Amino acid sequence: MALIETRGLTAFYGDFQALYGIDLRLEEGETLAIIGANGAGKSTFLKTIAGLLAATPESVVYAGRPIGGLSAPQIVRLGISLVPEGRRLFPSLSVEENLAIGAYGRHDCGYWSLARIYELFPALAARRRAPSHTLSGGEQQMAAIGRALMANPRVLLCDEVSLGLAPVVIRNIYAALPRIKASGSSIILVEQDIVQALQVANRVYCFQEGRMSLEGRPAELSRDQIHTAYFGA
Amino acid sequence: MTAWIDTLLQGVMLGGLYALFAAGLSLMFGIMRLVNLAHGDFIVLSAFVVLVLMTALGLDPFLATLLAAPALFGLGYALQHYLLNRTIGRDVLPPLLVTFGLSIIIQNGLLEVFSADSQRLKAGAIETASISLGGGIALGTMQLLTLASAIGVILVLNLIFYRTELGRAFRATSDDPEVAQLMGIDNRHIFSLATAIAMVVIAVSALYLGMRANFDPTIGPARLLYAFEAVIIGGLGSLWGTLAGGIIIGVAQAVGAKIDPEWQILAGHLAFLAVLVLRPRGLFPRAGQ
Repeated sequence: MALIETRGLTAFYGDFQALYGIDLRLEEGETLAIIGANGAGKSTFLKTIAGLLAATPESVVYAGRPIGGLSAPQIVRLGISLVPEGRRLFPSLSVEENLAIGAYGRHDCGYWSLARIYELFPALAARRRAPSHTLSGGEQQMAAIGRALMANPRVLLCDEVSLGLAPVVIRNIYAALPRIKASGSSIILVEQDIVQALQVANRVYCFQEGRMSLEGRPAELSRDQIHTAYFGA
Repeated sequence: MTAWIDTLLQGVMLGGLYALFAAGLSLMFGIMRLVNLAHGDFIVLSAFVVLVLMTALGLDPFLATLLAAPALFGLGYALQHYLLNRTIGRDVLPPLLVTFGLSIIIQNGLLEVFSADSQRLKAGAIETASISLGGGIALGTMQLLTLASAIGVILVLNLIFYRTELGRAFRATSDDPEVAQLMGIDNRHIFSLATAIAMVVIAVSALYLGMRANFDPTIGPARLLYAFEAVIIGGLGSLWGTLAGGIIIGVAQAVGAKIDPEWQILAGHLAFLAVLVLRPRGLFPRAGQ
């Protein structure tokens, strides 16, 4: 049984249809990458799974249970956390408060705690009392990932974590991935940076204008296939 | 000289009352960006609730307010849950229209039930008690209690905001309601709790409104105006700023009244205008906005 399976998932912004029937599977322990051009519907896909956009119940199945259309708070409680595009830390909260709010309403002890997040991202420990908007872009991204981990998710959805960051910073952030996987999370990454995505993913999906244009293991995909799937023929 | 010091002190203490009016408004606006145009009328409504409890059970105003507070907390939660949450969205107009409508409904409902007669929450000896500071200056116990309560209310609200998980959720939801949901925060529940807490603050405001002066069903909108001015002067979202705003209006009114009794209200509004011109974002605007 797949951990997450979408079946003919569609999504709309008002009258505008952003997704036209996406079928995707995430197996337990897997890291998936979703690549595609701007406006292909990658972020929309993650937002729909996370409960920010409407979906029919059967179109998203999580561990055998239909969860499409549940509210975002319900979905995070079930174990799916989203690291939103653009970090979106809470500006009036300190770094530590931003992390702590990731565990809002939870009193179960999972793997991730403040101490473990600081261990994973030592740069944050030094800035724990700082207002979150004073952090550098990379630190903000670390805090956003840490915040999502604090919910001890079974599935971590990451939206464009490398966007606008220097290569060395991106490497730092991606270096945390093995540890996150080891903690028991399966991961779906939305990435513009194809090279980075192919390096870490077990499987890759490519979206094009709201439809799935390619699926496969990185080693099995040729440059041309990806090029065509990315830009269209 | 003594007369002026006296005026200043009276103004500061009057400011405590305005800060109480403003705290509830500030709380709701700060968390939900919801301007409650019925805020003043809810204060008057609460004063009548306290009055009814006093007459029915023979209680003094403080005990009656203590009894009314949980009921008003519930009323606030229900009001937000069943009505105001439906009005919150991208458009700022629906909450304004709905709370404006509530204001009219409350005023007329109170008129229907209690008539237009002036009422008062009689507190007995404490109304006329005072503490002498020497040099011919005395502070009314009631006025001092009002200011102390305003400070107390703001202290407690700040503790909730900055020391509890609920407060963290309040601030997060205020910052970014969409991402707050991703943290497992149910915005509608948070909003309902915010209004419920605001109603308890309203109950405290009502207590001092009713003990200090006469009230009748129609005086709500003027209280809203003072509350509004205090919030804007202080800077949106800053509770201590709200206290400062209340005190500035109170002092301006007291000084105005000292010069000429007809100038009392006008002086308060002029002080508000002056701050608006010099510091359009208020004295203590919240960082990052």
